Amino acid sequence: MEEEAILSHLQDHEEIADSGQFAAEKGLDHDKVVNVIKSLHGYGYIVAQDIKRETLVLTEEGETYAAVGSPEIHLFMAIPPEGISREALEQRLDTSVFKIGCAQASKLKWVEYDKKKKIFSRQVQHVEDRVKDVLIQIKDGQAPGPEDVRALKTRKLIAPQIWKGYSVKKGPNYAPKRKTFATDFTRENMQRGDWKDLEFKGYNFSAKGQPLEGGHLHPLLKVRQQFKMIFQQMGFEEMPTNNFVESSFWNFDALFQPQQHPARDSHDTFFLRVPATTKELPEDYVERVKKVHELGGYGSRGYAYDWKREEANKNLLRTHTTAVSSRMLYLLAQKPFQPKKYFSIDRVFRNEAVDKTHLAEFHQIEGLVCDRGLTLGDLIGVLHDFFSRLGMSNLRFKPAYNPYTEPSMEIFSYHEGFKKWVEIGNSGIFRPEMLLPMGLPEDVSVIAWGLSLERPTMILYGVDNIRDLFGHKVDLGLIKRNPICRLGIY
Amino acid sequence: MLRMHVRAETSQIRPYIVCAVLRGITFDEASYNSFIDLQDKLHQNICRRRTLVAVGTHDLDTLEGPFTYEALPPPSINFVPLKQVKNFRADELMEFYKSDLKLKKFLHIIENSPVFPVLYDSRRTVLSLPPTKNVFIECTATDLRKANIVLNTLVTAFSTYCERKFEVEPVEVIYADGKSYICPDLSIYRMDVPVSYITDSIGVSLEAEEVTSLLQRMQLSAEESVSPDGKSKITVSIPPTRSDVLHPCDVMEDVAIAYGYNNIPKRKPASLKPLPLNQLSDLIRLEIATNGFTEVLTWILCSYKENFDMLNRKDDKSTAVIIGNPRSADFEVVRTSLMPGILKTVGQNKDHPKPIKIFEVGDVTLLDDSKDVGATNRRQLAALYCGTNSGFELIHGLVDRIMEVIGTPFVTVGDDSGYYIQLSDEPEFLPGRQASIIYKGKHFGNFGIVHPEVLNNFDIPDPCSFVELNIESFL
Repeated sequence: MEEEAILSHLQDHEEIADSGQFAAEKGLDHDKVVNVIKSLHGYGYIVAQDIKRETLVLTEEGETYAAVGSPEIHLFMAIPPEGISREALEQRLDTSVFKIGCAQASKLKWVEYDKKKKIFSRQVQHVEDRVKDVLIQIKDGQAPGPEDVRALKTRKLIAPQIWKGYSVKKGPNYAPKRKTFATDFTRENMQRGDWKDLEFKGYNFSAKGQPLEGGHLHPLLKVRQQFKMIFQQMGFEEMPTNNFVESSFWNFDALFQPQQHPARDSHDTFFLRVPATTKELPEDYVERVKKVHELGGYGSRGYAYDWKREEANKNLLRTHTTAVSSRMLYLLAQKPFQPKKYFSIDRVFRNEAVDKTHLAEFHQIEGLVCDRGLTLGDLIGVLHDFFSRLGMSNLRFKPAYNPYTEPSMEIFSYHEGFKKWVEIGNSGIFRPEMLLPMGLPEDVSVIAWGLSLERPTMILYGVDNIRDLFGHKVDLGLIKRNPICRLGIY
Repeated sequence: MLRMHVRAETSQIRPYIVCAVLRGITFDEASYNSFIDLQDKLHQNICRRRTLVAVGTHDLDTLEGPFTYEALPPPSINFVPLKQVKNFRADELMEFYKSDLKLKKFLHIIENSPVFPVLYDSRRTVLSLPPTKNVFIECTATDLRKANIVLNTLVTAFSTYCERKFEVEPVEVIYADGKSYICPDLSIYRMDVPVSYITDSIGVSLEAEEVTSLLQRMQLSAEESVSPDGKSKITVSIPPTRSDVLHPCDVMEDVAIAYGYNNIPKRKPASLKPLPLNQLSDLIRLEIATNGFTEVLTWILCSYKENFDMLNRKDDKSTAVIIGNPRSADFEVVRTSLMPGILKTVGQNKDHPKPIKIFEVGDVTLLDDSKDVGATNRRQLAALYCGTNSGFELIHGLVDRIMEVIGTPFVTVGDDSGYYIQLSDEPEFLPGRQASIIYKGKHFGNFGIVHPEVLNNFDIPDPCSFVELNIESFL
């Protein structure tokens, strides 16, 4: 209403000189008018100039005197021509009226007080209540003289009041009607076809949009997915690894890892209380394994120790997925030979102290190629193919030791960021003492390599504590913000 | 021998012509129709609707050689066409035939040419009538090889009806440049094929003798011999009826056909098989994430308490694998359920905005006498909702959604063709707000509001609903 009044008035008039006057004329609330003026000014519909006026208003006390008269008048009127005792006078008047009236009346020399006789008497016959008159004058909007004003101000009967108003002219964006800004484009707009007339409120592009709700896959498993894809593209078949519980036989002995090996100590391996021992093993194969450990054969001189069945029977949580690989190679050896490329990515367990980069359970990635006539050159070639798909094509190989591979190689890649060679995996050719007792043909070699899933994931996502990524202490927000994994896509 | 003289102008439109005569031919209705039919088919296919080759067959008895093959402007050609009595000029005939439904589509072949090809006998009679006894066949063409194939096909097929069976009378074609050729060219094409080429391509081992015998059955005559480098080969004589044999591979195909495709031993290339359980797990994980749940990955090892007491579950010592040498309580047992890991995750994420919707697909381990090691893994799925409300209906909705993507209908209680839900009484859930899920007659999971005592144990202040099921049931 106020807005309409202002804008339509300006259509035909140059300006609104005084908002107060304008409000009064139009019968509008000036405060509302002021708010509208501020808003219209903000959008440039009008240009508003401040107007300040100082007016005088009566205080509460002033209002009282204007209505009923000043205390000094009351005091004067209360004194009879013959005079009056102080006591009696006090009784006739209110305490404050007496007090103030006394002070003012004596100042004005209207009354005199005989201290000895304690009698008030009039000094003049007739007085005028100037105070009341002036107050009424002011109330009426008149402007009295500065002397009177000063007097009333001192007595705190009047106070200055600053009135703020505006003078208003058309602004750069003037329009007789305010344009409503659209905040969205809706179906109604489509149906009404009024989109041509729509003006959008400015959008804050430096703020982010609405966050979406949805589900998310786990970062580590996204990396696993990529590794799986890489293996499949290289023609590798996935091995079934859904068995955490394994016998020492498949985990160690079949791999030609001797029974006194430190890795078989309880401080590295989780042995089981229940089920403590394995129920079944392929007996004829076990015999051959026992023999090769104890006496050798297949061209080997063996370890020359007493191999114990009880040791092999001990159940444990697999320490590497190579246990599954040995099962698979054994199965392969029971059929007419066919070359195979296998891989697996699954959980393994180490009974080690847990810290920022070491866990009791983590994921091992393993790949192996089983074929006739494979050489170390083939292993290096396959490693180059595999790791270059991860973006690592600058590789170096260092001699290493594994109980079940010979030769063994540690794989290093040059990290541009760290400016140094970083170990990225372990590899080797399985020993004949492992393969031949299984029944694989003599000219068959198996080349294999492994690395952990967690390490490349940590490097990829810049995580320095593995438990931020894996386990129940993970921040769900981290999982939600994790980007897609581009490993293997280059 | 009859002669066909070719004028130079024909090179503007159809440069080549081949001819032959079939003498003393006896047609009956069937064989005559077959003869016309063969011409039509040849015209449609190899002649490319007469654009490459056009066949004309004529009653030799009404004609007298020698013949000329000329090209003249249309108004100069005059004749009585087939089925007409009036004499037409060639250009008039074009107009006339435009209204003929069958022929109008061939008009374009010569329509715009300044000269039309036309065949005359010595009496300047235009050749065009169907034959009766002695048939003169000519093929005019832009492609000589195809003209020969067409002529050979016709004469080899229909010389069986000649008085002297399988006898074809040649015609001499003399071109404007003076070169002359005897048609038809029925010569045999000889091809040398190494036997190893045949056996290696098919993937069977055959001796040269067997190969020639098989080819014999395909009416290809072949002789064994030895090539200069000592390898066994055969020399195949390809008759004029086999214009399709261009390369030894055509011979090899005939050997394979005679051998019988279904008798050839297969040699499978290397290919990979997926692991069904892993494939299924990945597909299910994706479906659950698509439905708004965030995946977590929790520890397989946990404490005894977390796996039993804290879940209000009793241990009857028949389920869990127990570690013999744990460093701490955190490594006492191998989880038999995904529940402790999920609840621990909620407990560690109390400040995360609600609702919390998480899931995990992973293995639990159970004791199993039937396994060689005495224990087995089982792939399970668990999901949880935590918020200001319990989210029971939502978790129920997730169960329905999972069954929907598996493709199983919701059925009445007792029906084994789908799944149904029944009130359950498990200690880890709130009584009255928990259920068993029966899938194809087997109980394979439960869902419910997590019991407040259990929530307390895991230090979770807000209500939660939880589901866990065995996804190996879906295989």
